[in-house]
Amino acid sequence: MFIQSQGSPHLHNRQRSVRSVMLGVSYALVPAILVYAWLFGAGILINIVLAGGLALAFEAAFLKLRGRELAPALGDGSALLTALLLAMALPPLAPWWLVLLGVFFAIVVAKHLYGGLGYNPFNPAMIGYAVLLISFPLEMTTWPAPLADGQSLGLMGSLAYVFTGQLPAGLGADAITGATPLDNLKTQLDLGRDVAQIRSETTLFGSLGGAHWEWINLAILGGGLWLIWRRLITWHIPVAMLGTLALLALVFYVYDPTSYASPLFHLFSGAAMLGAFFIATDPVTAATSNRGKLWFGAGIGLFTFVIRSWGGYPDGVAFAVLLMNMAAPTIDYYTTPRVFGGNKGDGKS
Amino acid sequence: MAETSYSQISKDGFWNNNVALVQLLGLCPLLAVTNTTINGLGLGLATTLVLVISNVIVSSIRNVVRAEIRLPVFMLIIASAVTAIELSMNAYFHGLYLILGIFIPLIVTNCAIIGRAEGFASKHPIPQALMDALAMGLGFTIILVLLGAMREVIGAGTLLANAHLMFGEAARDMTLTVVDDYRGFLLAVLPPGAFIGLGLLIAVKNLIDARQPRKAALGKAQTASAEASS
Repeated sequence: MFIQSQGSPHLHNRQRSVRSVMLGVSYALVPAILVYAWLFGAGILINIVLAGGLALAFEAAFLKLRGRELAPALGDGSALLTALLLAMALPPLAPWWLVLLGVFFAIVVAKHLYGGLGYNPFNPAMIGYAVLLISFPLEMTTWPAPLADGQSLGLMGSLAYVFTGQLPAGLGADAITGATPLDNLKTQLDLGRDVAQIRSETTLFGSLGGAHWEWINLAILGGGLWLIWRRLITWHIPVAMLGTLALLALVFYVYDPTSYASPLFHLFSGAAMLGAFFIATDPVTAATSNRGKLWFGAGIGLFTFVIRSWGGYPDGVAFAVLLMNMAAPTIDYYTTPRVFGGNKGDGKS
Repeated sequence: MAETSYSQISKDGFWNNNVALVQLLGLCPLLAVTNTTINGLGLGLATTLVLVISNVIVSSIRNVVRAEIRLPVFMLIIASAVTAIELSMNAYFHGLYLILGIFIPLIVTNCAIIGRAEGFASKHPIPQALMDALAMGLGFTIILVLLGAMREVIGAGTLLANAHLMFGEAARDMTLTVVDDYRGFLLAVLPPGAFIGLGLLIAVKNLIDARQPRKAALGKAQTASAEASS
């Protein structure tokens, strides 16, 4: 089968360039980053600065190797946005080499080996994340406890921990790390407990999703709505993804509330919000037409729910996005819009 | 394939028509067992041995077997060779036999072997067929060992681990620890590492090939300009 990819969406706003889109998306993440840093300490900021610097370095090195001009690609902010999304997905306080490897796979393997921005079939940030999650399960599932519950390392303490792995005297790793709500839910469900029991036993759960995490996710939701309002993304992918996820969660929740979490919990935990508004909507790796985007988003929602509920990992957004990236050309093939006045009965659309 | 001189056969086997890098045949065992150097070497040598036996027998009966029934006959020959090798590995290299497991009997289905039987051995005399089997088999083995070594160093930080399975107890100390106190990089040991590693090896081969004609063209241009100036 010859898969014909549709042309890029043609934007009418003359102010719009790659740079302005990338910057806009980055601005939309600022509230979430601030909330993140407020609730969980400086780790996320270290991640972002480290990943950003490394991304620019790798981008520059590989542009040079490939004999391309440095300035346009470095200045458009695409490498920085990839780094920002990867940093949001990594656990804060991850060791520096973890960030280095993640950025390497995101920028070099997932982007430049495929031909650079616009040619990458997979979302670079998610490739970096998936490689790390598969290779270093221990480091990738060590999440910090909220500042309210654990002890703060402060900026200097966090820096020392990220680069040397040393904690201040008298502080164990247990004091600053904790299970995430999705992780806790999965482990306890596997032990045969029911949801209500699990929720009553810890302070991890909030009224929407996980305690503390739900605020970050609300901030991401706000940023995402701003993106839609500014028309940097369309509503199709987020609505289809979150709708499918919520619908599936609702069906199973109604059927058996003791072993399936509520739809709200699914929406406000893990990477559902970040994935729906910021990751799945990457114009390069998503389906192109609006109808295609609905299918694409629905697929991500479906896989996310399946992996969360019955898979081996607590969260499945990254794998779901990568799986649907693979399906995007096929979706484009079957959802090509009919040309106005064109053949009505070609059966394809 | 008109050219059948020994140097051409070996060049084809090791480089121009390498089973793993160019024909991309036998990928299933190639990707599955190359997580250590020794596994790669073991399977590579077993495959080479099967290839030698099947190529020589196919070549020696090439004027006796009618064309209509040649493929079942080839399959029988290959299956018998693989069975014999599987049994001997079970007897003499039992540890390696346990690790390679299903991939030893699966050599029967390695397309490279039936491919050489059909494409080369059935049309050439025994010495050429033997040479072809050795070149193709060793070319395949080299890639298996290279990929195994890459994945072992990156994945576990060692080289030649479990060498005693292949070379006996004396080789137990042959394991080289390349990086001390290595955390391990699971991706390289898991199947994706095999795909990425093979992709990189193919890229290196293509890069070398791409440089070759350019160099030749450059040389020609220089002699031409030298002639023009003189």
